[in-house]
Amino acid sequence: MIRQDIIEELPYSKPFLFVDEIVEVDDDHIKGSYTFKKDEYFYEGHFRDHPVTPGVILTECMAQIGMACFGIHLLKDKWDRETIGVAMSSNEINFYKPVFPGEKVSVVSQKVYFRFSKLKCNVAMYNAQNTLVAKGIIAGVAFKK
Amino acid sequence: MTREELLTKLKTIIAPYVQNQEKFKNLNENTDFINDLEINSANLVDVVLDVEDEFDIEIDNDAMEKMLTVKASLEVIENKLALK
Repeated sequence: MIRQDIIEELPYSKPFLFVDEIVEVDDDHIKGSYTFKKDEYFYEGHFRDHPVTPGVILTECMAQIGMACFGIHLLKDKWDRETIGVAMSSNEINFYKPVFPGEKVSVVSQKVYFRFSKLKCNVAMYNAQNTLVAKGIIAGVAFKK
Repeated sequence: MTREELLTKLKTIIAPYVQNQEKFKNLNENTDFINDLEINSANLVDVVLDVEDEFDIEIDNDAMEKMLTVKASLEVIENKLALK
């Protein structure tokens, strides 16, 4: 199952879209992936002469797959990109491995709750060797723009 | 449960989410969660979920939208408890 339709609904675009594919989704979890291009804009400065994907970008990737894509699925007919906005409201992430330019990561997000337009999930990121890269809790809200 | 007991439990629930401690110290029935205590709307959901767990009640969307002040929250909780 590749859910390109969800990705097309996302409010992000290049150079700040960090979702390539959604491979699994139901009402309890979602799984997707992204490959960090070798020429992503932030590698130029993070770090000087030593490109490593910033933790905030890994968090963003986890949120775009694990919260935004998942939320769009869960909202179903209520989702409308024109009238509904999304925002991250909190996150607490631990990082275990660096992600270098060109690496593919997978994100798995498990719902803790989805109530009153707020989604809270346990989210984990793995690299191509299926080694844990980052893990934590992210919450976000959907609201009328 | 008296209103005093309800208020004590509600204060315990909201405490972790409060940003304005001065107003929390002087909390009264007219205290507004967002404007006075500076709780954000995402944490307001956590307050409501914690209220559900504490009092073993279910809060629907209509009730949730009313729960913006201490007074309104106590009324919602009392009404739901009365229906049990």
